[in-house]
Amino acid sequence: MSELTLTVMRLGFLAVLWLFVIVAVQVIRSDLFGTRVTQRGSRRQEARPQQAARQAAAPPQQRGQQSAGGRQRRGAPTKLVVSEGTLTGTTVALQGQTITLGRAHDSTIVLDDDYASSRHARIYPDRDGQWIVEDLGSTNGTYLDRTRLTTATPIPLGAPIRIGKTVIELRK
Amino acid sequence: MSVVTNTTTIGAIEAPSRRNTELALLGFAVVIPVFAYLNVGLAIDGKVPSGMLGYGLGLALLAGVAHLVVRKWAPYADPLLLPLATLLNGMGLVLIWRLDQSPRLIATSMRLYDSFSPDAPKQMMYSAIGIAMFVGMLLLLKDHRVLQRYTYISMVAALVLLLLPLVPGLGSAVYGAKIWINVAGFSIQPGEFAKIVLAIFFSGYLMVKRDALALASRRFMGLYLPRGRDLGPILTIWAVSLLILIFENDLGTSLLFFGMFVIMLYVATERTSWIVMGLLMSVAGAVGVASFAGHVQDRVDAWADPFGCAKEGIAACQQMSQVMMSFGSGGILGTGLGQGNSDLIGFAANSDFIFATVGEELGLAGVMVFLLIYGLIIERGVRTALAARDPFGKLLAMGLSGAFALQIFVVAGGVMGLIPLTGMTMPFLAYGGSSVIANWALIGILIRISDTARRPAPAPAPSPDAEMTQVVRP
Repeated sequence: MSELTLTVMRLGFLAVLWLFVIVAVQVIRSDLFGTRVTQRGSRRQEARPQQAARQAAAPPQQRGQQSAGGRQRRGAPTKLVVSEGTLTGTTVALQGQTITLGRAHDSTIVLDDDYASSRHARIYPDRDGQWIVEDLGSTNGTYLDRTRLTTATPIPLGAPIRIGKTVIELRK
Repeated sequence: MSVVTNTTTIGAIEAPSRRNTELALLGFAVVIPVFAYLNVGLAIDGKVPSGMLGYGLGLALLAGVAHLVVRKWAPYADPLLLPLATLLNGMGLVLIWRLDQSPRLIATSMRLYDSFSPDAPKQMMYSAIGIAMFVGMLLLLKDHRVLQRYTYISMVAALVLLLLPLVPGLGSAVYGAKIWINVAGFSIQPGEFAKIVLAIFFSGYLMVKRDALALASRRFMGLYLPRGRDLGPILTIWAVSLLILIFENDLGTSLLFFGMFVIMLYVATERTSWIVMGLLMSVAGAVGVASFAGHVQDRVDAWADPFGCAKEGIAACQQMSQVMMSFGSGGILGTGLGQGNSDLIGFAANSDFIFATVGEELGLAGVMVFLLIYGLIIERGVRTALAARDPFGKLLAMGLSGAFALQIFVVAGGVMGLIPLTGMTMPFLAYGGSSVIANWALIGILIRISDTARRPAPAPAPSPDAEMTQVVRP
């Protein structure tokens, strides 16, 4: 066998061995080097000017929201209490976030109630911090006192909201 | 306000099983040794070796069986472990076959034993048994947590395995180390199997005791010193590994077991003090034994100054200087397969010193590839330990890959002159039935744990959202 062939084979074999290692490393690339994030990073940089512009435009509105959230109005409710139904006694602190009620397991308050819909109703603060209840197209409806809700309605303090067999109210 | 009427459920993306990746890599891992075989044949005889087809088909068959079993019984297993082990095993076969062709080794064997039998066919048979062991592991061990039940049985079994070579009539001393037993004409090295059994014991034991070991301790000079009764087991293991060292003259195995225990203690308790204590204890033990046992003393001399003491005619020193010459003449790119003179190492050229052949014929570039492949196997093992959901699986995967890593460090480090040489085998590469079979079993357990770890979590119970809302009848 000629010298040249053997030399080529020797180098070729080393190259093949290294190729195998490189292929194997490629298979576990994300393990060794972490997930690649460069692309997303560059996109973010491009988006930055737009974001800055949006932020500049936004301030008046944002400031208004902050003041509403930060300063609690006198007489504003601080917690939501379940007063009837299987969850009686449960309280949820009201911190300006939307509270969803329903049988769906991702609701804020998961109702174990055959008469409640998966996504039954939600309670959220409007811009001035007034809490609003809105029915989400439930089967059996949401009642505030005795009236079935048709639109988003502000909740008076202590007024019972009935969902299936569950009654909740807002308290200070 | 829009009304939410229906919801879309976004499920988790189906975890890819990556079996096809494994198959592709496995194909690659079979082709490389066949290429090597061809290269050796062309270099030695100048013609395509006659056994190439049979050899290639045999390796492909073994790899194929292993792959199909993994595909059926461990579908989410790690895709790299099997191809990496197959490549090492295949390359080991080629290197052993290459040394079988050496006229010098044949002449030596004829002079010493009046007979020569090639080792490559035997190694092929051992590989087949190894694959069978691997398949058996996957078939019989449906869930690695079953092993947890046998914690203390494993301890007894490991001790028995370790002490077997000392039993008169059963054990046999070969070249100064009593680590073999003779059963029905086969010599078996029980230490290789004890490695796995001991890892099972350590995982089961540490899983239960780790809180006591980690928390009930006094602080002294920045180190956490455990209570005496918690210290008991580590002292026992230390004593046992020293006893092995003294009575079996086997530095490597004792280092392997003690090191594995320290690694697992550290992983289980997160206390650095165990590592400090472990290092101190192993140094004390090694120095103590090295100053008494002549066998170990020779190895240390051969390590400190191989060429100097080779003149005095000590066998260990001569081997070590031959190995150094072999590595040195390889250079960066090597002499090419079948074209080196690593067969000048007359003794154990295809077992303990097989890495010297890699170093001479494939050079630094080839040695690096082999070390990287071993490193990748260890990385996959540690990754499996990270991904495992149960503490027993975590510790077991960590212990097994730690033992594997230590073994490679001890052998490769010994052959390259980094630490005193100890008689151990390079996993998968070196000639030796026990080693190949035990390491395939080890890979089988790792694959089983990684399958459990990467398997997607079972689907959650049917959500109550799906039930109909009852309508209130007025």
